[in-house]
Amino acid sequence: MTEATQAPVHRQLTINVLRYEPRTPERPARMEAFRIEEADGMTLYIALNEIRETLDPSLNFDFVCRAGICGSCGMLINGRPGLACRTLTKDLGPNINLAPLPAFELISDLSVNTGKWMRGMSERLQTWIHARQQEVDLCRLEERMDPAVAEQIYELDRCIECGCCIGACGTVQMRKDFVGAVGLNKIAASRRSIFVVSKSAWTPGEVPGLGGLFVSIILMR
Amino acid sequence: MRIDYTDVLVIGGGLAGLRAAIAAKRRGHDAVILSLVPPKRSHSAAAAGGMQASLANVIEASGDNEDVHFADTVRGGDWGADQEVVRMFVDTAPKAARELAAWGVPWTRVQQGNRETVINGKKVVISESKEAHGLIAQRNFGGTSKWRCAYVSDSTGHAMIYAVSDQTIAANIPVRERAEAIALIHDGGHCFGAVVRDLISGELYAYVAKATVIATGGAGRLYRVTTNAVICDGTGAALALETGQAALGNMEAIQFHPTGLFPSGILITEGCRGDGGLLRDADGHRFMPDYEPEKKELASRDVVSRDMLDHVKKGKGVKTRLGDHLWLDITLLGRAHIERNLRDVHEICRYFLDIDPAKDLIPVMPAQHYTMGGVRTNFKGESQGLRGLFAVGEASCWDIHGFNRLGGNSVAETVVAGMIVGEFIADFCDRVDSDITITTSLVHEFLGREQARIDRLADGGGSEDASRLQQRMQEVMTEKVGVFRDGRTLAAAVDELQRLLVRSRNIGLRNRSRGANPELATAYRTQKMLKVALCVAAGALARTESRGAHHREDFPRRDDAKWLNRTLATWPNEADISPTLKYEPLDVMRMELPPGWRGYGAKDFIPNPGSARRSAEIEAIKQKLAGADRFTMQAALMSYEQLLPARLRGRNERIVLPSEGASP
Repeated sequence: MTEATQAPVHRQLTINVLRYEPRTPERPARMEAFRIEEADGMTLYIALNEIRETLDPSLNFDFVCRAGICGSCGMLINGRPGLACRTLTKDLGPNINLAPLPAFELISDLSVNTGKWMRGMSERLQTWIHARQQEVDLCRLEERMDPAVAEQIYELDRCIECGCCIGACGTVQMRKDFVGAVGLNKIAASRRSIFVVSKSAWTPGEVPGLGGLFVSIILMR
Repeated sequence: MRIDYTDVLVIGGGLAGLRAAIAAKRRGHDAVILSLVPPKRSHSAAAAGGMQASLANVIEASGDNEDVHFADTVRGGDWGADQEVVRMFVDTAPKAARELAAWGVPWTRVQQGNRETVINGKKVVISESKEAHGLIAQRNFGGTSKWRCAYVSDSTGHAMIYAVSDQTIAANIPVRERAEAIALIHDGGHCFGAVVRDLISGELYAYVAKATVIATGGAGRLYRVTTNAVICDGTGAALALETGQAALGNMEAIQFHPTGLFPSGILITEGCRGDGGLLRDADGHRFMPDYEPEKKELASRDVVSRDMLDHVKKGKGVKTRLGDHLWLDITLLGRAHIERNLRDVHEICRYFLDIDPAKDLIPVMPAQHYTMGGVRTNFKGESQGLRGLFAVGEASCWDIHGFNRLGGNSVAETVVAGMIVGEFIADFCDRVDSDITITTSLVHEFLGREQARIDRLADGGGSEDASRLQQRMQEVMTEKVGVFRDGRTLAAAVDELQRLLVRSRNIGLRNRSRGANPELATAYRTQKMLKVALCVAAGALARTESRGAHHREDFPRRDDAKWLNRTLATWPNEADISPTLKYEPLDVMRMELPPGWRGYGAKDFIPNPGSARRSAEIEAIKQKLAGADRFTMQAALMSYEQLLPARLRGRNERIVLPSEGASP
């Protein structure tokens, strides 16, 4: 074998990014194409950083953990919402289209303000544990919980608020106040915690924010 | 330019910052949190395996208490920690876990009866007591003598930050998301808040506050291979450093996690080894018992990382085009356990490597993981150089970790320090003499200076590329200030970092926009990161001994005669190209646990002359008090309870098994 055939042949990728910066409306929204060589194990996190470092330093996108845990990098990948950090380019064709998640306030290019939306949703639903008394005696043994119930709550607690469900949601496009799958899941999780776990400390009557509509949705489960 | 006011300005929206803000707010002080990202996306969310708290519910934890947690932590830190602060920490950790339970963290709970588990590579059946049923469960972790890690599958940090972030919202504490503090406002003696940059609009504004809290996490991105999130760049520590007054403590103490995913460095939790996973070499041989017969895979992280790299040096690594690695084997834990208790590991393997850890081995190598050092504070979390400046969590050197942190002690520190330091911040704000007098002209002077710096980067015609400088810094740190260090290599690192720092003063931008411009942010962050990197490298060069994670091949022994102290780095003049190093002695005569062997790792060290004297003193106290309960004994050795905020005092209740009787 010659040297040339030993070296792995990497594909040339064309990454098309929908670009727009609301603070400079004089530059219209546009698709821009970036060509890079694929590498082994390349994710969209690696690809986008390479584009920013070598081709266009002004490209905006959001990554934090780059391990699929924090939910920062939701975007439309070939039209489908997904986490860019754990999307391997080898699972995509050589032409990749990236666009920001719809429904959220656009910051710039692929960066959207999911944090503002999620805080607004949380403030509206108030899906946290509401204490009857301010101070729990922290020296005492913790409240017991059935291990299976704890696992069920954890199942509902796993949502990372990446916003992909909102980006994919037709109802959100029609009704701006719809809380989407992320909100409904939060209601389910907090109801599970409030009613099952901490029954001696909290009562349903003390849970504000869970209006009749949401309660009935949960009751239908 | 705009000036906003608050009582407490918290820089950083991770667990430590949020919990401190909640404490201050509950005491009636206004708090505002600045965060680069939405708090639920902070690096706290990535804490995986669990939180150390001596709840002692599971059978393998029986006998655990604050004393055992204290000794494990001090030994883990190789006697670099502040032992009084460690005592405050271990006493409050069970309270923090219980508070989080009340806030809805779905801790994995104890199931009474028999269950199969893996200990030391063998399947065994253990039986949980009915007294413990439904209480918070513990798993095993490295460097601990009892199972002490409370956990939520392997996304403990996620569950914690969601619960605490929701409580922040419930307490109506505003979070300025996508806001970055770029300088502290001070007059050389008192900190008055910070200059803030809005990362969306690029606008600069000032926050004036009585108390300013740095809670910005670690500095992992000084390194190329790190488990840390991209926002963990150490620039929070640089804010304190650039005042010229506040000191950074022990910056050379950098932890490398044994099981970073190869080659990306994504964290594979210690819970894998805690639950029974093994390390194997290219031949499939389980090598850790050869190096550490006592604790094997579960020695402390510094020790395991060194043993792994030693083993690779012997040619036992798995060779690949991208370098050598070793294997983490969790197949023996079984699919059901992996899919329930190590779910993120399962997902990470599937998404990033397309492998199934229930049947495939996971490629791992040590990766930078934790910054033991940070803004040096006293036990109240307050900087000694600048009044009104506090630090909590990984950004601080409060100093419970010394030169090596135990797994699970970091996420525990975030909430514990948030609770304790939060109370001290509220005390500080309560005092009449914490009122500040500050002229708007001083605020505008700082705003103007920062605006001028940004203008110089954007319009100054500089020729250096910030991301290139940053990458080179990361290479230097990874290659020359890593697990194994020696004087010549460190000197070369310091030299090159200094040259990079000088070059960073001539950075130019291709994109001159002042708004959401990632290149601009990289530019000013790189200038700050290089200063912090120099604190790490210069501190490592100066410390001619090996202690915890700081390992000098040319000085392989721990030297308690010369180096039982804490490094303090300051940066007195902006034009300096190196930190000024001073040392703060640790007083062996005040230690509850004088220096000795850790119970794993190297056995020889150079003793401190005071050590034997203090040990004799301790023996005498113990004999005099023979028969006294452990609380009386402990108080006689090193009393600490008076240091804790009043509302956090009190003995932690634990279950009593029938076999144990009613002893405390």
